[in-house]
Amino acid sequence: MDMFRVLRPGSLTTVQDLGRYGFQRYGIPVSGALDRFAFSVANLLVGNPENAAALEVTFTGPKLEVLSEGLVAVTGADVPVAVNGEPQRLWESFPVKKGDMISVRTARAGVRAYIAVGGGIDVPEVMGSRSTCLRGGFGGTLGRALVRGDLVKRCPQIKPGVVRSLPSSFKPSFHKDTILRAVPGPQDDWFDKGIDLFYSAAFTVTPEADRTGYRLNGPTVPFAKGVPTSIISEPSLAGSVQVPPDGKPIILLVELTVGGYAKIATVITPDLDLVAQARPGDTIRFSRISMDEAFLAHLEYRDTLQTMRLMLT
Amino acid sequence: MLAPLFETPKRRLVGDTGVIVEFGDEIAPEINRKVRTMTFALDREHPTGVREVIPTYRSLMIVYDPLEVDLDRLMGLLTDLEQRLDETKMPPPRLVEIPVCYGGEFGPDIEFIANTHGLTVDDVIRIHSGTEYQIYMMGFSPGFAYLGGLPKALHTPRLETPRAMVPAGSVGIANEQTGMYPLESPAGWRIIGRTPLKLFDPARSNPFLYDAGDMIRFVTISAEEFRRMAEEERR
Repeated sequence: MDMFRVLRPGSLTTVQDLGRYGFQRYGIPVSGALDRFAFSVANLLVGNPENAAALEVTFTGPKLEVLSEGLVAVTGADVPVAVNGEPQRLWESFPVKKGDMISVRTARAGVRAYIAVGGGIDVPEVMGSRSTCLRGGFGGTLGRALVRGDLVKRCPQIKPGVVRSLPSSFKPSFHKDTILRAVPGPQDDWFDKGIDLFYSAAFTVTPEADRTGYRLNGPTVPFAKGVPTSIISEPSLAGSVQVPPDGKPIILLVELTVGGYAKIATVITPDLDLVAQARPGDTIRFSRISMDEAFLAHLEYRDTLQTMRLMLT
Repeated sequence: MLAPLFETPKRRLVGDTGVIVEFGDEIAPEINRKVRTMTFALDREHPTGVREVIPTYRSLMIVYDPLEVDLDRLMGLLTDLEQRLDETKMPPPRLVEIPVCYGGEFGPDIEFIANTHGLTVDDVIRIHSGTEYQIYMMGFSPGFAYLGGLPKALHTPRLETPRAMVPAGSVGIANEQTGMYPLESPAGWRIIGRTPLKLFDPARSNPFLYDAGDMIRFVTISAEEFRRMAEEERR
């Protein structure tokens, strides 16, 4: 059923779910929401399973005309949200009715916000996912970002959702200085002194920061003596930090499958949500952790999601 | 000459959800065969907690959920599979024929390649379509295959200035590589022809025409056949 008419698309608003798995061997990237915590909570707040499709807003949000009643929640970046000019709280679901105007303005902090609607956005599943693959031109709405005039449909909601809000202790806060926990490797042996420099330096997010990767500025990370500056192309995973020959690290994200540069370290899964919200100009530091610590942090992250699930359903 | 296979495959940890297994340090058929055999074994075994297996030239990545399988257990399983690798029987590779209309509007760089090597355009076509190429891996973009086996006689450097856009199906050469562009994209490769086939179609039940390990042969078609086949593909 028709849910929204797009009056203003925002700077880059795409349909995403939790990603497309199983096809990276064919060159199909995972795609999916970058801030998975905010995405999952948005869905839970409107009574959806976490993997239902929702809108990912980048920096500046859309203006949407509501075409049928439903329950909506906005989470993630600190964006001003209003319905018919009336400000709405983030991390809290609110009912909308036909004729309402939802407006999501420019983020005051963070980058990516999520707009979930009860029932989930209705777009065809392509290779097991509703996520938009911009590079491949498929998934989401015709394989592209929303444009003015698009009609966004939603699936019927099995049982009507109720207004819910996330307790404030679970709401993330955003800072200009982000510390990312990262384990060394897969090519830590490509760097010797470079490792110490990497874990002690402050890097700055450059404007070249998108769903494929975040290019960082800062001190040049040196390679060990005698190693080649590129490797034979191998699979790449979101969070891996690649160092091209110019020594300026790039945090790889979800829109690529293989790469040919050495990766000095890999940001752990829970901290990818922080990357999603880091802005150009923000400072990023990497904190070295062991594999055991990484698994523990992963477990805690998933426990928190489980708590959300129990609390919000 | 045999490419140096590692005596024991090398493992590399990739954050809290990935392990890379490397079988050697160069691009060579024997090393790539190990990669594919290991991928085949993992696909067949379908171990709990393994979300995805991604084979590349000389290594593969296993993406896992650490809540479903712990790393030690996964490592043990990989060791078992590695030790049984020589007994693992792979199905024979498929030979996939790709029709190509060479030269003319479809292959604007074919004359440059001919001139560079002191060949005629017909020689270039004969050599390029007279070879079977192995798919070493796929990646970079949906359905893009990295092919091995381009005869030395056709090795040609990339364009000095990449084209802003080449049509889907373009077939090109870049140094010792040859390949096909499944999607319209910017390209620095020298374009010698085009296939009317949709190499990647997400709407098809099988979106891909080939897989890593398959062999590719290019088959010459006329411009008229190209148009007819392209028309059929649109239906």
